[in-house]
Amino acid sequence: MALDSKVPKGPIKDKWTDYKNNINLVNPANKRNIDIIVVGTGLAGGSAAATLAELGYNVKAFAYQDSPRRAHSIAAQGGINAAKNYQGDGDSNYRLFYDTVKGGDYRSREANVYRLAEVSGNIIDQCVAQGVPFARDYGGLLDNRSFGGVLVSRTFYAKGQTGQQLLLGAYSAMNRQIARGKIQMYNRHEMLDVVKIDGKARGIIARDLITGELERHSAHAVVIATGGYGNVYFLSTNAMGSNATAAWKIHKKGAYFANPCFTQIHPTCIPRSGDYQSKLTLMSESLRNDGRIWVPAKIEDAKAIQQGKLKPTDLAEEDRDYYLERRYPAFGNLVPRDVASRAAKERCDAGYGVNATGEAVYLDFASAIQRYGTEQAKIHNIKNPSEAKIYELGQAVVEAKYGNLFQMYEKIVDENPYKTPMMIYPATHYTMGGIWVDYNLMTTVEGLYCIGEANFSDHGANRLGASALMQGLADGYFVLPYTIGDYLSHDIRTGKIPTDTKEFDEVEKEVKDRIDFFINNKGTKSVDHFHKRLGKVMWDKVGMSRNAKDLTAAMAEIKAIREEFWKDVKVPGSANEMNVELEKAGRVADFLELGELFAKDALVREESCGGHFREESAELDGPQKGEAKRNDKDFAFVSAWEYKGEPADAVLHKEQLEFKDIELKQRSYK
Amino acid sequence: MNLTLKIWRQKDSKAKGQMVDYKVTDISEHMSFLEMMDVLNEQLVNTGEEPVAFDHDCREGICGMCSLYINGEAHGPDRGITTCQLHMRMFKDGDTITIEPWRAAAFPVIKDLIVDRMAFERIQQAGGFISVNTSGNTQDANSLPISKIAADEAMDAATCIGCGACVATCKNSSAMLFVGAKVSQYALLPQGQVEAPERVKNMVAQMDLEGFGNCTNTGACEVECPKGITLENIARMNRELMKANI
Ligand SMILES: Cc1cc2nc3c(=O)[nH]c(=O)nc-3n(C[C@H](O)[C@H](O)[C@H](O)COP(=O)(O)OP(=O)(O)OC[C@H]3O[C@@H](n4cnc5c(N)ncnc54)[C@H](O)[C@@H]3O)c2cc1C
Ligand code: SF4
Ligand code: FES
Repeated sequence: MALDSKVPKGPIKDKWTDYKNNINLVNPANKRNIDIIVVGTGLAGGSAAATLAELGYNVKAFAYQDSPRRAHSIAAQGGINAAKNYQGDGDSNYRLFYDTVKGGDYRSREANVYRLAEVSGNIIDQCVAQGVPFARDYGGLLDNRSFGGVLVSRTFYAKGQTGQQLLLGAYSAMNRQIARGKIQMYNRHEMLDVVKIDGKARGIIARDLITGELERHSAHAVVIATGGYGNVYFLSTNAMGSNATAAWKIHKKGAYFANPCFTQIHPTCIPRSGDYQSKLTLMSESLRNDGRIWVPAKIEDAKAIQQGKLKPTDLAEEDRDYYLERRYPAFGNLVPRDVASRAAKERCDAGYGVNATGEAVYLDFASAIQRYGTEQAKIHNIKNPSEAKIYELGQAVVEAKYGNLFQMYEKIVDENPYKTPMMIYPATHYTMGGIWVDYNLMTTVEGLYCIGEANFSDHGANRLGASALMQGLADGYFVLPYTIGDYLSHDIRTGKIPTDTKEFDEVEKEVKDRIDFFINNKGTKSVDHFHKRLGKVMWDKVGMSRNAKDLTAAMAEIKAIREEFWKDVKVPGSANEMNVELEKAGRVADFLELGELFAKDALVREESCGGHFREESAELDGPQKGEAKRNDKDFAFVSAWEYKGEPADAVLHKEQLEFKDIELKQRSYK
Repeated sequence: MNLTLKIWRQKDSKAKGQMVDYKVTDISEHMSFLEMMDVLNEQLVNTGEEPVAFDHDCREGICGMCSLYINGEAHGPDRGITTCQLHMRMFKDGDTITIEPWRAAAFPVIKDLIVDRMAFERIQQAGGFISVNTSGNTQDANSLPISKIAADEAMDAATCIGCGACVATCKNSSAMLFVGAKVSQYALLPQGQVEAPERVKNMVAQMDLEGFGNCTNTGACEVECPKGITLENIARMNRELMKANI
């Protein structure tokens, strides 16, 4: 099948407006006869479910947690971007569009990104109207902060809990519709497959996680909003339950999977501490507004610190290497995430890491505390303040901005980050890749949509901070409700979709057989055992820096682990009850396939771009020496993979990317 | 360190539960409490036993899933944190740790340490929202200045994660702190004023219907709340309710 992105014609500025003026609408009376399934209630699914229900459709929403409010979006800390230009620093829709395309290293679709920038302002208006308590300045207007990869201040935030507040906003909108009966909410339910009738998505099979019962649900369209697949690495900043099952299942039923190798390794996470580690914790990128990143300049100091013989605070200013400020004077500590992560890895690989494992760098707030303290002393008219007073005043400012993050750090690491620099190291955080969708957010299966982190659309090869929340809400509040209406306008005479059909029988049987297999397998090793092994291969060979030899090896190793998994996995308990190991088994089985496709995609993309760094493709000399080298001539495309059985047999389809409104350039943050 | 765990096991909502003893060894003080539980579960799976079911997801103190009653305290002995943020350095070698689910009539046990918190959902559905549709035509966000103090206070109330520790810790199983937090968030913001009377009445009515107990001002909830929600929110809710009923 040829890929058609369905991007409307016309100048980029008018595309979305013209599109909306020309689509088919469904009249209110007919909406009452149309059912939509939304799987996932994070920012993307939650906002979509609420908006579709407000419009009058009958929505059935699904989440594996016990409440929509607990979707992983809740954990987003730093903020959400919008081109409001409230700070008067020259922001505009065009600039947000430009920054996002450039930040994504020119691997995203221009028209989608422009639309995202266009609706970004509405998101903030909508959220404020819902009562989201964004941070404000003393004049009562909304405050902003800066995030990496941009030169303006356009990030709106609610302390260090922006995702929480935005999700609670979407959740409240959902609650209003649940109370009206327009959304039927299925908590503690997991979608295990999609049902197609005559080539169109018409329903799902879900498992009630409390009783273990399999259920059939039908609808006129199905929306997948199940988040990213970062947990393919076992350790990531994602929630323990975050998974790729829904996305992978629809892939197997015909939805192409795009750019699986585009994964974001976030530079500022708490370093791992031992084999028992179950997840990694993010320290928000907003900390880079005030924190300075460094390692010792001298290798002997680094060694002494690793052995615990020296403390960071013992090192004089000139013995510190603020390597981001040194290498990237224009952006300094605020370079994009991929650049910051690689720079940290480069220093640690060279032996300058600062904890026992050698895999950590410092994030230091001493200068910020000093700077804010001095400023506060002036504001409060304190003459000749003592060092201690300045420190106290400065600490209060830093605490007001990042208090919850500092507390979180202290609880995990048992060190006071106001007194000694934080230690951080990159960790898997976000997946730019995902299900391929066209301009309408429809997958290659008719009537099957994919929104939020689960799709591939807007972030190219690297996502800028505070843009995932923006995309999730843009998709759910402002884009999908239009595009899905155009599709559903052809379904007003269809009537209810029955579930007692052979299509439902077949898919339910597939799902049931797989569950029974796990229960009856009686192997010798736990699900986690396999998941950890997969994660290690992914991190070592398909991580921050990749090469053909390792990627080829990774594909073979993942396949071997998968085969062993199917022979030897052990799942205690039964199918007809709450069974956490069974849930995990299904998810890990899917990761074991996805991981191989991921490595294959990384192997095929013989260029470096964004989060995907191929050692074979780096600048060899000149001012950009050592930086990633993109190859626009051969790789300015989206890879969209078609499922053909084994992941290794997947067939590549290319969506060629055209850049009409932005000139393709080497990304420079120097 | 080596520990003895006394854990509540209950097959499903209908079964009768009981405390069961387990031993875990070589636990590092740097582990989180839930990682210690992972070690136990891996041990159980390897010996063919069913692992202990407990709720958790984000493991960073924000989703509100985790909900263990540890040594008689909701979220365990540390303050200002959730169960998933509790670390083993709070315990010492040889300790016996008792682990139970939230206990409240309105939170029935589903399995082992997992309880059903749907009552909280229904309270939110009764009025925990501002009635505004998504339109793309709402007024510009900055056309409504809100004092920083009110915004910050609303934010403090809005940080409730809906975990239910307040209920679990209250001798009356009262949900006033949880409901007070939501009512307060909206009461403090101009956007929330329009529906304020209806909201507080509906939410409180639903709370009573769910079988949560009354508040007798003991203040245990405030002490155990991982997000520092203060009793002031309960007072504000009571004032709002009084205003609404006049
Ligand atoms: C720690 C952290 C901090 C972050 N901070 C920021 C930030 O500051 N700014 C920013 O822009 N982005 C941030 N991000 C990224 C951003 O939070 C996510 O990309 C975004 O929230 C994803 O939203 P979503 O709606 O697509 O998916 P999610 O919020 O992950 O929701 C997934 C939903 O799908 C459901 N689900 C999954 N599988 C199934 C299934 N099989 N059946 C039924 N339901 C299922 C889940 O129950 C859940 O409801 C952060 C991410 C992390 C991990
Ligand atoms: S008020 Fe505190 S204890 Fe109660 S549900 Fe909210 S966060 Fe949990
Ligand atoms: S697991 Fe999310 S708050 Fe503890």
